[in-house]
Amino acid sequence: MALFEAHHLHKRFADQVVLEDITLSFEENQISGIMGPNGAGKTTCFNVLTGRFKPDRGQVRFDGQDITGLPPRKIAGKGIARSFQMMNLFDEYTALENIVLALPEVRARGFSVLHDLSNDSGAQDRGAQVLARIGLAGREHALASDLSYGQRRALEIGIALAAEPRMLFLDEPTSGLGMDATAILAELIGEIRKSVSIVIIEHDMRFLFDLADTIAVIHWGQVIAQGGPDELRDNEWVRASNLGALA
Amino acid sequence: MALQTLRSWFTAPMLFSFLIFGTMPLWIDAVGLYQYLGLEVMIWIIFALAVNMLLGYTGLPSFGHGAFLGIGAYAFGLTQFNVAANLWLSLFGAVAVTAALGAVVALLISHRRGIYFALMTIACAQIFYFIASKWTDVTGGEDGLLNIKRLPVDLGLAEISIQSNFSLYYLCFAAYVVIVVLLWRLVHSPFGKVLSAIKQNDSRVAFLGYNVWLYKFLIFTLSCGISGLAGALFAMAQEGAYINIMSLQWSGIAILIVLIGGGFISFWGPVLGVVFYFLARDILGAYTETWLLWFGLIFVVMVMFKPEGLAGIWRDGRVLLGRKPAPQPDSSANPSIAGGD
Repeated sequence: MALFEAHHLHKRFADQVVLEDITLSFEENQISGIMGPNGAGKTTCFNVLTGRFKPDRGQVRFDGQDITGLPPRKIAGKGIARSFQMMNLFDEYTALENIVLALPEVRARGFSVLHDLSNDSGAQDRGAQVLARIGLAGREHALASDLSYGQRRALEIGIALAAEPRMLFLDEPTSGLGMDATAILAELIGEIRKSVSIVIIEHDMRFLFDLADTIAVIHWGQVIAQGGPDELRDNEWVRASNLGALA
Repeated sequence: MALQTLRSWFTAPMLFSFLIFGTMPLWIDAVGLYQYLGLEVMIWIIFALAVNMLLGYTGLPSFGHGAFLGIGAYAFGLTQFNVAANLWLSLFGAVAVTAALGAVVALLISHRRGIYFALMTIACAQIFYFIASKWTDVTGGEDGLLNIKRLPVDLGLAEISIQSNFSLYYLCFAAYVVIVVLLWRLVHSPFGKVLSAIKQNDSRVAFLGYNVWLYKFLIFTLSCGISGLAGALFAMAQEGAYINIMSLQWSGIAILIVLIGGGFISFWGPVLGVVFYFLARDILGAYTETWLLWFGLIFVVMVMFKPEGLAGIWRDGRVLLGRKPAPQPDSSANPSIAGGD
């Protein structure tokens, strides 16, 4: 049984069908990719899988548990974290504060009112370690709003990592990054895959085909192909939709 | 370690404010002002700090918070008249009733944000205002609840009279000290950090696994409870509870005070805002009856040129004088995802 499964998901907004009978599964300790052209329904699919939207029909299961329609906080509590294509940082907080807030031990005492978070050396050290892991050592006390685009993108991933998830969803992590930064991100993802299962939506086909163990292709709100990178390069649906030519 | 803990509970600005406000009755007459003004300032600071927990820290615009100031005043009087003429019991009654009604409102509005949250607070405040104006048997209607007593402070072994504005001021000051210390601790706790994160990006907070609704519910209820305490003190100051403070105008003034003081960027913003408002009222008011017009213009200018308010001016002044370092540009030379961008 796969760690994460989605069965026959349907989602519509008014009269627009966005997802139609989507069935996906993501294995533990693997990198799974979702690709497709703009408007294919990839981000909506991510939003349904991570609880932002409830599906109209279908079921989502994580580690054998039905998590269909659970709110994001409950899904996060089960060990699923995500990053966002449009960056979703706490801009008035420093890089370190952004990370610290995501740590499970801080979340566990989120209702504590007597504890001073800035004097919690354990949480601060753990946060600094996460920042070092994503290449932001030395930027702990910079406001998130003062970071460069690439640093903000790294912080976005760092927040998701800090939650120590079992499964990490990354929504277009290379969006807006240059080639060098993309290569370093690929290294980082290659390193973190040892400790967390990863699902990536990505436009950069080369990036995805180099990293992913399996890839699902979504088009017109449907899964049109699934398989390993080598299989997909030869898949006629992928070729017909011009996605395979990019890989 | 103990010193560090102590410093996290009591900061220099906090002790400075205790010094200024703790001695205010001793020098306020000498600077041409009067004792009752100090009383008003102290009570409104407590109220403004409560409003700022919502607006400045959590990003929840409660445009009807004056209703809870009024409910606290009425509840204090009604407890005193109908339960027992005891200061502590009446204060507890005021805080408990206001927090309970605040919790009911919070149940209705905590799943909302932005303009919808603001409109629902206005709607709920209007309901309370309407009830207070029509339920004349209980509230006295337009006449208000008269003859509320300044009950003595019962310390067990001794009783202290607070009949004079001077002595009542020190009861208010004691409440201020407690509220400031507790709220300062709260905003630097994990709970407070989550509140501020909700202000910045509530959907991200939910995706981190926090129950955003519950945090909003709790802070709204707490803010109402503190407003109720301010209302109770105001009832003693005025020796009555009147409906006018429940009006939207007074709720608006509370928001204006918080914004002009800089509640969005500083814990001390509401304190600065209250002092500024009451000084403007008395100083501008000495020259013209239309002082609120001029105060409104000051507010407009402030929003246009310095939306961070008086606290923002103070912060910029410190940077200019070199007391506080300006934000540094990126000096990271580490190869990272960020390095190429």
